[in-house]
Amino acid sequence: MWFFRSPEIVYGKEALSYLEQLHGRHAFIVTDATLVERGFLERICRHLRRAGMAVTVFADVEPEPSLETVRRGAQAMEAHQPDWIIGLGGGSCLDAAKAMWVLYERPDLDPDAISPLAPLGLRQKARLICIPTTAGTGSEATWAIVLTDRSAQRKLGLGSPEVLPDIAIVDPVLTQDLPPALTAATGMDALTHAIEGFTSTWANPFSDALCVHAARLILAHLPRAVHHGGRDPEAREAMAVAAAMAGLGFGNSMAALAHALGHSAGAVFKVHHGRIVGLFLPYTIEFTAYHGEGRYQALARSLNLPAQDDPTAARTLAATVRRLAEDIGEPSSLQALGIARSALEENLERLCDLVDVDPTVVTARRVPHREEVRRLFLYAYEGRPVDF
Amino acid sequence: MAYPFPSDAWVQALKEAINTSQAYREAAKTWEGDFFFVIEPDDTTTLDKPVTLYMDLWHGECRDAYVVADPASHRQPEFVISAPYAVWRQVVTGELDPIKAMMTRQLKLQGNLMKIMRSVKAAHELVRCCTMVPTEFPDQPTTS
Repeated sequence: MWFFRSPEIVYGKEALSYLEQLHGRHAFIVTDATLVERGFLERICRHLRRAGMAVTVFADVEPEPSLETVRRGAQAMEAHQPDWIIGLGGGSCLDAAKAMWVLYERPDLDPDAISPLAPLGLRQKARLICIPTTAGTGSEATWAIVLTDRSAQRKLGLGSPEVLPDIAIVDPVLTQDLPPALTAATGMDALTHAIEGFTSTWANPFSDALCVHAARLILAHLPRAVHHGGRDPEAREAMAVAAAMAGLGFGNSMAALAHALGHSAGAVFKVHHGRIVGLFLPYTIEFTAYHGEGRYQALARSLNLPAQDDPTAARTLAATVRRLAEDIGEPSSLQALGIARSALEENLERLCDLVDVDPTVVTARRVPHREEVRRLFLYAYEGRPVDF
Repeated sequence: MAYPFPSDAWVQALKEAINTSQAYREAAKTWEGDFFFVIEPDDTTTLDKPVTLYMDLWHGECRDAYVVADPASHRQPEFVISAPYAVWRQVVTGELDPIKAMMTRQLKLQGNLMKIMRSVKAAHELVRCCTMVPTEFPDQPTTS
């Protein structure tokens, strides 16, 4: 028994105008200062006012949002009593909106208690719309929330099926002018979702279909989106759709080892989520090469890559990911990220501890022992293909 | 030799498998918590009443394990996981991921859910230990 869950997805040009069709009285937008400056917020507000709604804005979400920010946002919601919550931004804003919404509905809860096993009873006060302004996290289509517990210096991977947005609005106009580096890092996030969503132990026929097509779109369009930017609207639109599709895919299966290592290193070294999970992806594919149970071969075949057997397919996929990363200027090792070897060594045990408690580690087809986790970090530091 | 599930001999064999597993010791090194595993009869088994297994898991080790004769008079453990026999059979043989089974409410959990979610690797290794115990299942004979 398993489930497939999806928000209503409104996508394509002018998708934002769908906001005018909403029924409600008060929308609360969760976003960040950059998006206010870029003028997107005003555009969204215009649509909402045309729908007859009052609008309140919380524009204080920081990258890798903290528990403190989430609590502040929920308090602001409580003061305004909105009936629509709108997350506008990259993964940080969308995840913050989800968590604030939960606390607005359930002020008795600790954010730590947002779990897939506990009924939350949401949608008594408001419903949730997520509008991504990057093409990467897929958060608009998942029930995952990643927050940062600054005091414990760790990422909190939370989630509940109830947190899945009611509506995702994927309008490519919002990603048209993303800078190349952000396009690249978020695109690697989407690719990691597509590949891990397909190869995780919880993969299923629904997630397979979405992940395969997302991976095809990303491999074909991410370099164009990075190198041509807004001059290639077709690539931008394909990436926007692919990111949502990959989110929907892995959101219904699970991520795996690249996410476990990425969450850990991202928390310790403060690296962009997409960049760090994308960096670990080829290493974790190689680590799992002999344990893929045919998944790498199936994926590689679907992508028209050489795939005479599973290990070969895994290595081909890893090489494809590395070539793509190089093409779009993404780092291929922790060293290339500017992390000092001494910093890695000092933090190695902490990094391994964080991997041990990351929920995505168990949906990997090969679950590493601690010594193997240590070696994975060291190989990824040096940029050595994994041979153990 | 295969041990009948769920029995005292089976849970003792599991205890031994856990205590000789380096992988479990490492994955569960910070785990503190004891369990009732409640196996409820269903139409796939010859079991005629619920069986409760007790396990005390502590810092990568199983300190105690036995069949509970009278759960009502036993000290309440930190976690109680119950399910019909058919679900347990799949979990014990590694066919069904216990976390996935909890998410679909096939395994019903009482206790701090987040504590379990933070120890998924330990849960994974625990299931691996279960699969290493040679097991005889009291399945209902199939009719054709």
